[in-house]
Amino acid sequence: MSASLNPLHLAVALDDAGWHPAAWREPGARPRDLLTAGYWADAVAEAERGLLDFVTFEDSLALQSAGRTGPDDRTDQVRGRLDAVLVAARVAPLTTHIGLVPTAVATHTEPFHLSKAIATLDYVSSGRAGLRVRVSARPDEAAHFGRRSFPPFGAAEPGGPHVPDLVTELYDEAADYVEVVRRLWDSWEDDAEIREVATGRFIDRNKLHYADFHGRHFSVKGPSITPRPPQGQPVVTALADSAVPYRLVARAADVGYVTAHDADEARTVVAAVRAEQEAAGRNDDTVHVFGDLVVFLDERPGVARTRRDRLDALAGETWTSDAEVFTGTPSQLADLLLERRRAGLTGFRLRPATIGRDLPAITRGLVPELQARGAFRRSYEARTLRGLLGLPRPANRYATAATAVTAATAGITGAAGTVGA
Amino acid sequence: MSKPLKQIHLAAHFPGVNNTTVWSDPEVGSHIEFSSFAHFARTAERARFDFLFLAEGLRLREQGGEIYDLDVVGRPDTFTVLAALAAVTERIGLTGTINSTFNEPYEVARQFASLDHLSGGRAAWNVVTSWDAFTGENFRRGGFLAQDDRYSRAEQFLRTSWELFDSWQDDEIVADTESGRFLRDPRAGEFHHRDQHFDIAGRFNVPRSPQGRPVIFQAGDSEEGREFAAATADAIFSRHSTLDAGRAFYTDVKDRLARHQRTRDELLILPAATFVLGDTDAEARDRAHDVRRAQVSGQTAIKYLEQLWNRDLSGYDPDGPLPEIDPDPGEHTVARGRASVRMFRDPLATAKEWRQKAEAGGLSIRELVIETTGRQTFVGSPSTVATTINDFVQADASDGFILVPHVTPGGLDAFADTVVPLLQERGVFRHDYEGSTLRDHLGLDRPPARNSTRSNDSTKKAAS
Repeated sequence: MSASLNPLHLAVALDDAGWHPAAWREPGARPRDLLTAGYWADAVAEAERGLLDFVTFEDSLALQSAGRTGPDDRTDQVRGRLDAVLVAARVAPLTTHIGLVPTAVATHTEPFHLSKAIATLDYVSSGRAGLRVRVSARPDEAAHFGRRSFPPFGAAEPGGPHVPDLVTELYDEAADYVEVVRRLWDSWEDDAEIREVATGRFIDRNKLHYADFHGRHFSVKGPSITPRPPQGQPVVTALADSAVPYRLVARAADVGYVTAHDADEARTVVAAVRAEQEAAGRNDDTVHVFGDLVVFLDERPGVARTRRDRLDALAGETWTSDAEVFTGTPSQLADLLLERRRAGLTGFRLRPATIGRDLPAITRGLVPELQARGAFRRSYEARTLRGLLGLPRPANRYATAATAVTAATAGITGAAGTVGA
Repeated sequence: MSKPLKQIHLAAHFPGVNNTTVWSDPEVGSHIEFSSFAHFARTAERARFDFLFLAEGLRLREQGGEIYDLDVVGRPDTFTVLAALAAVTERIGLTGTINSTFNEPYEVARQFASLDHLSGGRAAWNVVTSWDAFTGENFRRGGFLAQDDRYSRAEQFLRTSWELFDSWQDDEIVADTESGRFLRDPRAGEFHHRDQHFDIAGRFNVPRSPQGRPVIFQAGDSEEGREFAAATADAIFSRHSTLDAGRAFYTDVKDRLARHQRTRDELLILPAATFVLGDTDAEARDRAHDVRRAQVSGQTAIKYLEQLWNRDLSGYDPDGPLPEIDPDPGEHTVARGRASVRMFRDPLATAKEWRQKAEAGGLSIRELVIETTGRQTFVGSPSTVATTINDFVQADASDGFILVPHVTPGGLDAFADTVVPLLQERGVFRHDYEGSTLRDHLGLDRPPARNSTRSNDSTKKAAS
């Protein structure tokens, strides 16, 4: 492997029968199994066979819809889904290496609950938990909670009068949310549980810390009820398709998914994220910028194209996505990924157009192709998701408060993050 | 002809954060690592228990302004552990305590419906309430609920959740790849709920789960708690130290069911119970004595007393007499985040009672606290314990028990290996599961979906 290039990271985004709205109609799609544990266990096992870094599980607090403003009355697409955190937990004991990254909506949920849920996912998976944080401005999701309401907006009216302020507000709230979640993960020092029979103390309460967060939308006292998870900080990720979410990724995340459509755009986006990262004072932290791509993948040239056309015909429209839709062979996709990597992307999250066909095409077609080019791992080299992504196990922000002064004096503050990796 | 023997229901509670878990026992493992939960669940399933049970905590307990450090502290997230346990078990029910005060119905309903799908119909929800601002400091809403409103919110939370569970018909997903019809009804999951606490509307996004609705548990012994359970729960658990107290509770709660148009079979009474086993009754009694001493150290006794006295009592000798000063009758601020605080509604009267008890028995502080708190439900040889449990159930003091061992995670093993076979021999406990869902194990019907309103609306629309 070339020393000048870091290993390429690869994730897949699991959603229903696949990302194409007619994916459930493909042979082998198992549309009646989408609410069973077996379906998800099989998909994640396939991803793990391909040595992928992690899988993400899509989720929302509303029924799937073809529209962005609210529910539709369509009966020809998959409707109904399971809670992503629970799906991830359900497959955790059945897998051993792959990272598990469920989606959670920051806008309507409690950071205290989510923090302990992801910490627990980290325990049940022995250090493979992540989180993909989302915001939601959808009026229908808000109406499911009845606590706040949002003006209607959608793809058709991106410049609506309230939209920019609202989006900024929601992403700022999400940044607060991640900050709280992270503080709660650190609210127990790693060695807080002492079980000291001589003194009768189960914990050393001096190693537990209040999060004491006070923000515009919520306050959280802490500490967590769940001890610090195995990774210290599970991996935080977010989709970022414009300037406001780039800032969230740069401030709060370990991995951002961007939707650049070519190498030049990838370069621009990466530069934008890096600039925000510098502004946030996180130059010393590894922040991965992954490219998101929908893929139709087939060994034989033209087959993927035919399949895509057939699915579009079934869907009754030429389907597009926020991300680029790639159609071609594993070799062509490998070319594209390596080109985008040279443009600054550090990895990719592939969205299989159909899980039944495109997921195995990724694991059995694309992965060997990348391996043959020396661009992808041949076995899992680490036991945790942070390890796979080259992220050190971070020091506890509270535990280091006392020792940080010493570290800074010695000029090694930036290295503090590698402790305990 | 004598009446047929009642079948016993058994469940296991993974012990949590209180002084009954003897964490200093060398056999005690982690209460956080998944391997502990997996061991516990597999043991309970091997013994053909109906379900296992996890409690919940939303704020670490404090006393005297400091985090309480003498008992087990910390626990994992209930939903996440139960979903993972669904992967390592096949039949046993998975019951989780989820608070109705610091959650929202749409989110909790989708989590329970998801758990029911992911476990093949084994989910159960123990609905609990709280109101205190102390716990509320961890949540968006804060301590917003008046104490008197907690059961009304809980009941409306539950009824809202049922509406969501019932908003999909069983056969809603057609998934016909030929015709391209995935959903039978374009308005599946539609709901609109408005009451004192909730005003929500839209589409529920989890299709109907194997059990239709998770099984509902309710704990508590108060008048409101009993009435709430009679109106809404499938099973209730509480704690009663004597057969007579158990029978009185059983009769009272079962008698309430008719008022809610329910039969006596529709609510199971499953008290929590601790146990200590030995080869002989005498050996078990000795062991029980040791366990009680381990559960109530001198420090623990003083801390317990402080909760009633509402004062710093650290200067008192746990092996000496009770304090002569009276409890501070003010607001309970010494101990926070503890359910037991609520038991002391009249601290002065309770203190007087405890003093009389201590004087009569010549008990030290520690001995009094052991007497007051540390009593095991079942102590004896496996044969004695099997007989006692069966007597309770056949006498209608309960329909079974939720067992709480004092050792984690292996505290259930001996019970599974020695007591369960005896109950099976006597024909009062199953040899194997007969069904696959928790409702099957408990003999509860699967509730029908109730979205007739939507169907009627659709019909009207079509007709007009």
